[in-house]
Amino acid sequence: MMGLLRSALVIGRRDFTATVLSRTFIFFLLGPVFPLIFGLVFGSIGARVAGKQEPPVVAVASSPQDFAALSAARDQLRQAGAGQQLVQLRRVEPGLTPVEESRLLQSPDSDVMAVLSGGLDHPRLTGDIDADGTTASQFQLLVQAARSRPVELQVSSIQRTEPSNTQARTRTGQAAQTLLFFLTMLLAGMTLSQLIEEKSNKVIEVLAAAVPIEAVFLGKLFAMLLASLVGITVWASAGAVAIAAFTHGDLSVLPPPAVGWPAFAVLAVVYFAMNYLVLGSVFLAIGAQASTVREVQTMSMPVTMTQLLIFGFAALAVGSPNSPAAIGGAVFPLSSSLVMVARAAELPQLWPHLVALLWDLLWVGLIIRISAGLFRRTVLKSGPARRPFWRRAPGVA
Amino acid sequence: MGISGVAVEAEGLMKDFGETRAVDGVSLKVPTGSIYGLLGPNGAGKTTTLRMLLGIIEPSAGSILLLGRNRPLQAARVVGYLPEERGLYPAMQARDAIAFMGALRGLPLREGQRRADALLQEHGLGDWARKPIRTLSKGMAQTVQLLGTLIHDPRLIVLDEPFSGLDAINQGKLETLIRGKARKGVTVIFSTHVIAHAERLCDEVAIIAKGKVAFDGSVDEARSRLRPIVRLRTRNRDGAWRSSIPPASREEGNDWVFELPESGPEPLLKALIDGGAGIETLAIERPGLHEAFVAIAGHAAAAAMEEGTAK
Repeated sequence: MMGLLRSALVIGRRDFTATVLSRTFIFFLLGPVFPLIFGLVFGSIGARVAGKQEPPVVAVASSPQDFAALSAARDQLRQAGAGQQLVQLRRVEPGLTPVEESRLLQSPDSDVMAVLSGGLDHPRLTGDIDADGTTASQFQLLVQAARSRPVELQVSSIQRTEPSNTQARTRTGQAAQTLLFFLTMLLAGMTLSQLIEEKSNKVIEVLAAAVPIEAVFLGKLFAMLLASLVGITVWASAGAVAIAAFTHGDLSVLPPPAVGWPAFAVLAVVYFAMNYLVLGSVFLAIGAQASTVREVQTMSMPVTMTQLLIFGFAALAVGSPNSPAAIGGAVFPLSSSLVMVARAAELPQLWPHLVALLWDLLWVGLIIRISAGLFRRTVLKSGPARRPFWRRAPGVA
Repeated sequence: MGISGVAVEAEGLMKDFGETRAVDGVSLKVPTGSIYGLLGPNGAGKTTTLRMLLGIIEPSAGSILLLGRNRPLQAARVVGYLPEERGLYPAMQARDAIAFMGALRGLPLREGQRRADALLQEHGLGDWARKPIRTLSKGMAQTVQLLGTLIHDPRLIVLDEPFSGLDAINQGKLETLIRGKARKGVTVIFSTHVIAHAERLCDEVAIIAKGKVAFDGSVDEARSRLRPIVRLRTRNRDGAWRSSIPPASREEGNDWVFELPESGPEPLLKALIDGGAGIETLAIERPGLHEAFVAIAGHAAAAAMEEGTAK
């Protein structure tokens, strides 16, 4: 076992330095900058488009008192969270003639969608609106609020003993799961092409003569995991600096996880590593069968789709960590880490994580063992030849 | 040290690739400290045999004992292997490539780098030590790989077609290096399809053809399978002396060429003189490994070898 690990260290050290000290690693580190730039560009375009979709304007033909009451009711609704799509009010002098009303509504220069007339006692809304639509419903509320007497609501505030409720923790679990999934999807795919270099340079023969294939697989897997962790550290540091600069260090967006932030952070890193190792070892095994970069590229699409499926399966567990789906997801090695990181956000017990990590580790070992056997058999053409059963001699196994 | 002075022992090795039997019951015994050649045309099964001996691939049947271990990879730390298809990481510096190959065999990286610098210097590649492999010529890269094979002072060196791609000077250097290693008690196994290399270097050879060992023994034993050849030139074309040479004798120019009769050279000489041959020249030549190879493996295998050498 020690010999295997020592050999894996030699392979891993070579791969890690070859990856991290290459010029292409700079591009790898710059990778997240491109989606950020796209996000900013398309985000600003989207904001501009959204800005153009302003809420409808309704002309209120009323006395200044009635308008003030309506405006106050509107402000109250907005503060209660009715959002920016709340109808806008514009006061016009009461007693509009039908011609004036029609001009307000039909003129191309006018942005008025409807006219409210009749004051607060006999309100009548005229315009290009649906009787059951949003604008009419909003006005129903506004008029009712404007007509009623203000009532003082007494508020008693109490502090919860739990740091956050289950629903809020679910958000943390979802966020962690999504982040884990994206990082693994971006990074574990690299292991697909890890043996191409050795196969195309014929180095594989030198390696296979000196160390067990398991050590080659293990070394490559850990080297890529370390290179990924270097990338994540750089990205996280850059992200932290950016957040500190733009939000003045306010990171209280997500509710605290059930196990607490420090334990959660450790678990998230460990689960990322485990998810990477499990998926990476599967990808490494698949990629090891490929002889050319083109073959690897062909394989990457079904691999990504499979990852999406696994993510979808794991997402079912969020919000109900003890459900059969969650337990099934935790047991299934390819989704285990994703499910368990969400569990860490939702439930405080730590022992299931220890069990899950050991379970995952077992699978990493098993997958590497199977992958190496497969590699020996199919690529190195090792072992007894498998003849179809109909060609086997009678009595020969 | 292998059991009873045997470094490598293989018994009934077989390898099937699908329906094709590449190696068919190969048995070998390589004495410790010897230079052992696997001789055969391309496709004879030499590389597959070597790969099985080293544990790169498992045999379909048969057993292997390599330096006393029945699982060859367990002895990997004291074995050096130069594959037929040379393989190095192009971006790696020459010294790092050598040290990496040593590290794979358990040599600490720092020590490997130190030895690599010294070896490169010794082989005239000192200035290239910190250059990436991709900038080296093919010959230089081959030397680097060979040095990587030897960096950890192995007790057994396995070289698959080590002379292919080398110019005459480097072939000579490699022969010297192999002899030097053998003098130090290192066992060297190499495969080749060039008979001259095997004849010059090997203590023992295995002639492999169509996946089978046609002969296994010393070069002398192989050559002594054939009777010495007599090359005779006479003044007289005919006469009583003609009855003293074998009926299967053939004419090559003005010479008669035939196998030395079992009775030896003296009765032959006497019969020729008494028969009035008028001997101009008479040479008794010991058959070379090439002739022995033809006799053992057949003309077809020899032709395939010559074709491979020409390529």
